[in-house]
Amino acid sequence: MIRLSSHSSTSTVGDVVLELSEVSKSFGAVRALRNGELTLRAGSIHALMGENGAGKSTIVKIIAGLYHRDAGSFTLDGTEVDFRSTAESKNAGIAVIYQEPTLFPDLSVTENIFMGRQPMKSWGRIDRAAMRKHAQELFSRLDVHIDPDRPAQGLSIADQQIIEVAKAMSLDAKVLVMDEPTAALSLAEVDRLFAIARALRDEGRALLFISHRFEEVYALCDTVTVMRDGEYISTDPIDETDVPSLVRKMVGRDVASLFPKEEATIGDVALEVRNLNSTGTFHDISFTVRAGEIVGLAGLVGAGRSEVARAIFGVDNYDSGHVSVYGESVPRKNTAAAMKLGVALVPEDRRQQGLILDFGVARNLTLSICRGLARFGLLSSKAENLAADGWAQRLQVKSHSLATAAGTLSGGNQQKIVLAKWLAAQPRILIVDEPTRGIDVGTKAEVHRMLSQLAGQGLAILMVSSELPEVLGMADRVLVMREGRITSEIPRAEATAETVMFAATHDRQQVLAATNVMEPTQ
Amino acid sequence: MTALISPARKNPAAQAIETLLKSRETGIVLALLLVLVATTVRSPAFLVSTDGFRDLLLTPAIFVLLAIGQAMVIITRNIDLSVGSVVGLTAYLTGRLFIDFPGMPIPVVIIAGIALGALLGLINGALIAYAKVPALVVTLGTLYIYRGVDVWWVGRKPINASDMPRDFLGFGVSSFLNIPTLAIIAALVLVAVGWCMKTTRGGRELYAIGSDPSAATLYGLRITKRVIHAFVACGALTGLAGVLFAARYGTVDSQAGTGFELISVAAAVVGGIAIFGGSGSVLGAAIGAVLLLTINRALPLLGVQDFWQQAVVGALILGAIALDRVLSLRQFHKLIEIRDNAND
Repeated sequence: MIRLSSHSSTSTVGDVVLELSEVSKSFGAVRALRNGELTLRAGSIHALMGENGAGKSTIVKIIAGLYHRDAGSFTLDGTEVDFRSTAESKNAGIAVIYQEPTLFPDLSVTENIFMGRQPMKSWGRIDRAAMRKHAQELFSRLDVHIDPDRPAQGLSIADQQIIEVAKAMSLDAKVLVMDEPTAALSLAEVDRLFAIARALRDEGRALLFISHRFEEVYALCDTVTVMRDGEYISTDPIDETDVPSLVRKMVGRDVASLFPKEEATIGDVALEVRNLNSTGTFHDISFTVRAGEIVGLAGLVGAGRSEVARAIFGVDNYDSGHVSVYGESVPRKNTAAAMKLGVALVPEDRRQQGLILDFGVARNLTLSICRGLARFGLLSSKAENLAADGWAQRLQVKSHSLATAAGTLSGGNQQKIVLAKWLAAQPRILIVDEPTRGIDVGTKAEVHRMLSQLAGQGLAILMVSSELPEVLGMADRVLVMREGRITSEIPRAEATAETVMFAATHDRQQVLAATNVMEPTQ
Repeated sequence: MTALISPARKNPAAQAIETLLKSRETGIVLALLLVLVATTVRSPAFLVSTDGFRDLLLTPAIFVLLAIGQAMVIITRNIDLSVGSVVGLTAYLTGRLFIDFPGMPIPVVIIAGIALGALLGLINGALIAYAKVPALVVTLGTLYIYRGVDVWWVGRKPINASDMPRDFLGFGVSSFLNIPTLAIIAALVLVAVGWCMKTTRGGRELYAIGSDPSAATLYGLRITKRVIHAFVACGALTGLAGVLFAARYGTVDSQAGTGFELISVAAAVVGGIAIFGGSGSVLGAAIGAVLLLTINRALPLLGVQDFWQQAVVGALILGAIALDRVLSLRQFHKLIEIRDNAND
């Protein structure tokens, strides 16, 4: 078995294998990466950390050949490389394990490992026997038992990840990138993956490990690079850092003054969620939102926040638990009933869920109230335009006319339309999921001002957000989720980047222990 | 840890039987046998007479070729709706060549038909791969365009049996060792394509692309090239089918092949080709074609009225899709279960 030592290993860190310097990448007007810096050495496991949207995935995709950098240098073994496809990156000895395993569900495990690079016999035939044998050798090196003939469909995420690792090993990759490989794994599976990672390191390969979990980074990695807002912040040996300093680097902004929420009188309990469970997605979710209150739902991507929001609104079903609005219970998986009770959801992906891109502005604005507008089941354009015009003016939506297709508007204006659409239905409870993702700073402030005003008028707001400044600035209370569970509930006065980040990366026991230690000293 | 322990070694015979029972094709073969037995009991000439046996193999031959081509395309998560029009064009080309170039050798005509089919397939594939338009839309467009060209070309001069050499027409109904030549051709094509799909990189990559296109991108597979290959192969097989259509039926008007595209899709789906790509075999699609055409011939003999025959075919398609859905749902639930067990 592979030894279980951690970062304090004696393995010699070797030469620089991969180096990114001043790399930048933009998508339209959005600069996803400004100055990416990364240096990977042979025989080293390097951690890459940062908040959501810090630019980690962009770096991974540039290394993998999925994106092409706009500027900067990218060298492999000292020579400049210019990957135009994943095949080129792969041929150069780089293997990437993505957060979501990318396997072919219908094909066998063996085929998944060797697809595109199968060993051949004469007549252009695939040498199935050799391929199968090679797969078995890889599995025995990894010390796992997976039937090489079974289809990839139905494998657990952990086993799928093992197959990704086997794929990387079969490439004999010099560089192995692991993008949050542990997000869906149990403790035992994480241990197994780490043992494999250390063995690969000891063979002299360079590994890049992306994770939000500090304990994993400290257990596995020897060096850590922090990124923030698409920029390189620092690279340090792991021994010379500690969690608070890393968190400070990751957050690094003056967050308190950015989004001040106006004071509002907090009223009755508007939304009550009790013991909500959905197998495999979230567990034991209980909280309340009062009238006039904004409750922030924070956590890392994949923590299950959007799923909770969708379940409350009735988009998805849940296994057990109870949701009520002003004392009236909300039936499960029934969005019409939820809307009738005054619940509105502004979804995360407005392009897919919130807007009908081909419809005009007016039709989109009135979609949620078209029943009320209709006479004898028929909609008149006049009534539609009349109702829409008021909202478009109130929210200052900038479009040529009310007939302009929503898909042609800017992200900020699209978001305003989605909001207006729901506000037109006069909800009592508003759930917003990532209300300002991908919109410019100016519109962001407008959206925040709107939310704050609405709360002032007595609306109860549940705000799912991955942006810490937004959560800290807007929320009266912050609920933090991690891996499908609420780990902490933090009142506005105590909510800081550090407390929220800590709760998002530790389980409930650890959070409770930490607060108990902290309290007496305060 | 949820790794699977490989099953204990069983004796080869038992294992072969188990594989046979589990394979998706077995169900269709059983359905085919059921139809054959039921019809033969009712009217023995259906199978036992020389003509009956010949028709059993001869009638589906052309559709087996179409189903194989269609299966290759559907496996890549695409579809080719222009098949019927391609049959019309290549069948007419066949007759035209015999009229305009008397004495042209039959093999040259066959190759010309295949080449035209391949070219039409290339147009489909290139439009889909480069213009990034869904195959459903592109081939729906070329269905009408190819048919329009066909109608214009045929004009008022359809091909009659008398326009084609006797050798060629004889070839359409000839037999070798009592097995119709067309059926032998279809079987040879089936073996060749089946072999390619199973044992070459190109074949396996077609499955991979259909199974998960985004994963195929991450694997660095050349998706554009492979998808075009699939459409060219489908076109070529359809072209061959068009030539055989001319040989078998002797008359080709501007409506020849109309509606064949839907029969080929139905055969593939009934034969276990998943409509979202990635799974199924060309063997299954071929048996699916045989099943559909045999049912078509059997139902009148079983006293089923005309309008019900269409409904039976429809029910078969729905049944096949429902079966695939049930199977994949079961897989999905297994996945969730395993994942939850692993997390607790």
